[in-house]
Amino acid sequence: MSQLTATRTLLSGNEAIARGAWEAGVTVATGYPGTPSTEILEAARAYKKDIYCEWSPNEKVALEVAAGASLAGARAIVTMKHVGLNVAADPLMTLSYIGAVGGLVICVADDPGMHSSQNEQDTRHYARFAKIPILEPSDSQEAMDFLARALEISEKHSTPVILRSTTRVSHSSGAVRLGERRVVTPGNGFQKDPQRFVPIPMNARPMRVRVEERTAALAAEANRSPANRIEWADRGLGIIAEGIAYQYIKELAPNASLLKIGWVWPFPDELLREFAGGVKRLLVIEELDDILEEHVRSLGIACEGRKPGPWGTRPLVPGIGELSSDRLAPVLGMKSPAASAHSVNGRDLPARPPVLCPACPHRGIFFALGKFDVVVTGDIGCYSLGVFPPLKRIDTILCMGGGVSMAHGMQIAERMQGTGDGKRRKIVGMVGDSTFFHSGITGLLDISYNKGAAVIIVVDNRTTAMTGHQEHPGTGRTLMGEQTISASIEDFGRACGMKNIATVDPYDLKATTETLRHALDSNEPWLIVSRSPCPLYTKSNVGPARQVNQELCKKCKLCLRLGCPAIEYINDEIRVNETLCGGCALCEKVCKDGAFETARGACGE
Amino acid sequence: MSKTTSIVLVGVGGQGILLASQIIARAAIASGHDVKTNEVHGMAQRGGSVVAQVRYGEHVYSPLVPEGTAQVLASMERIEALRFAGYLAPDGLAVVSSQAIIPVTVSSGQAAYPADVEDRLRATFTRLAWIDAIGVAEKLCDSRVANVIILGALSTALPLSRECWSEAIAQCVKPAYRELNMRAFEEGKTLVESARTSIA
Repeated sequence: MSQLTATRTLLSGNEAIARGAWEAGVTVATGYPGTPSTEILEAARAYKKDIYCEWSPNEKVALEVAAGASLAGARAIVTMKHVGLNVAADPLMTLSYIGAVGGLVICVADDPGMHSSQNEQDTRHYARFAKIPILEPSDSQEAMDFLARALEISEKHSTPVILRSTTRVSHSSGAVRLGERRVVTPGNGFQKDPQRFVPIPMNARPMRVRVEERTAALAAEANRSPANRIEWADRGLGIIAEGIAYQYIKELAPNASLLKIGWVWPFPDELLREFAGGVKRLLVIEELDDILEEHVRSLGIACEGRKPGPWGTRPLVPGIGELSSDRLAPVLGMKSPAASAHSVNGRDLPARPPVLCPACPHRGIFFALGKFDVVVTGDIGCYSLGVFPPLKRIDTILCMGGGVSMAHGMQIAERMQGTGDGKRRKIVGMVGDSTFFHSGITGLLDISYNKGAAVIIVVDNRTTAMTGHQEHPGTGRTLMGEQTISASIEDFGRACGMKNIATVDPYDLKATTETLRHALDSNEPWLIVSRSPCPLYTKSNVGPARQVNQELCKKCKLCLRLGCPAIEYINDEIRVNETLCGGCALCEKVCKDGAFETARGACGE
Repeated sequence: MSKTTSIVLVGVGGQGILLASQIIARAAIASGHDVKTNEVHGMAQRGGSVVAQVRYGEHVYSPLVPEGTAQVLASMERIEALRFAGYLAPDGLAVVSSQAIIPVTVSSGQAAYPADVEDRLRATFTRLAWIDAIGVAEKLCDSRVANVIILGALSTALPLSRECWSEAIAQCVKPAYRELNMRAFEEGKTLVESARTSIA
């Protein structure tokens, strides 16, 4: 085994997973960006001499690539956010039967509290659903250690393993001890074995039996694994704490007996029984769904948690949103120090929701769309921020690629049953560049093939912006930093059979508006590519900062409809915050009085 | 676990809160402490309210700061200090940049930006360092170092050595910007130290 050095380094949970992968001899790492999982692969790129890393077009492809690598004998990881596992669910379910050769770990980051997500689904259901083990680190050190452990379990039992993180594990940093990389011995490549790797029904039936045998063997191991451990203390109250809940409980109730669960499925029944038998009162604390608690009850063990126990009432463990020591204090009968006098002077503060950045190219297309009576089915990305006033130009969001296909469905519904007032509205679907490659292409093909009439706008800012600027098939670069093809959205449109394709510069409001008018007046489907790079990515302003000439400003407030954070209106004066201004000049184009002008720089620039 | 020291940094996406929290964490590690931090990425970055937390001590369990327990609350924007005031311990130090960033909700007429922020801050915090971080940063010809000026100011409330801070800053900024950031740090520190009587 590797020789541990005494070095302690500060790593986020995501960085620790990447480091753990490197130390454990992983050679292939794939994924699709998604908060809070994105930084795992970005950190893995630092080891690109030893680890091949790629951003795949979507999570299904990423898992399939990692599965291929595993069957060829390599240790592999694949990363995604919780909803990404929905996209990868198809390969996941059958990969469970086929298993793994080289260790294969699926790193999935859940987002309790929905800091950056459209739902709060609990990945543990997938582990049980697919019948594969799931490990849950509670801090950075465990994230690193559990990744190595997961790879060993994967190889020993021939199964993919899920490593479930959450926002507070992925995006918290902690001190970790670094080690060396395990020596990777050259393998023999893929070894043909159809009974193992080809799940046609006659093979799949015995595979199905082996999955159950494997589950029993895994359950036995989960009882003995260091990932699950009992910390005996006061026997009056025993707390089963899973994942990061362990850290909150250690802080709140240092004297309670604890069963720390880091490997929840297959359930470690013997350990659960032993612990329950050793305490008077049993409390189960887990984030999101009550999967473990329901199971404890199914074993005939009395407990409390999401539901009350037989010992009288106490506040229940919250089942919606993320946990914290503040939220768990009342459950343990403790008063939280919250609601101090400090809070009283901040009750009427203006909300500060996230907004499109200054000089964001999406602002131009949203503003132009504001001139038309349309419905806009949106998608997942920065442009979901177009839902907020004053832009208010996103009407629905469902999932990656959903903006394209839902537009088609709505357009068909309007054609089939009208809107009641006899007016026919055009439906606009909006999707980002990375999202288009992820799962917008099939929707576009559907519109073209089935004679739809929706207008699809791909807002192409040349990067995966919302997750922090990752490469994708259209950017011309790989995650490894190599130059590669730059897939053309317009070419995909033509290949899908789209006849009407236009490309616009969203900072050119006039031309953009005219193109939209043309497309919205037609009875045919349109593909409009609104293309300009994200200024945060290019790290350069679009132009010089602007300022307001107060003598010319008539305070008509038209510029405020842009929703630009650099344009401030306070004390009946409109002004530009020059520190924020990115010089896109949309304000200058919108203003009828010529009040916006180039600002003079400070500090001798 | 009362020995854990907690710092909460707040502001608006893009103000360098995450860098500031990284520097504190590394300074604490350099001092031999166990450290945990947390922050929220993604949606929260796009000009919205941002919170980062750092905790250090002999052994830190939770990365989250319980309300009412932070020894320091540092805010890069004036009203954000009020929004997150609940984190600060009753005897904690609030370091607040006088900068105002007007939210789009105000510019578009949905909400009002309070005019009496400074009065409210003085009524809320018994120990307040009210700092013109942008003004000082502009004197140094780089408004981006406002975060490190605030860092220097809050460092007066934490018993971490100058060497640890200097090492942490060196780890977190590019070599070309080290000297500028150290100067910004010292400026912030001096501001609080010279005004010590008005804070206590």
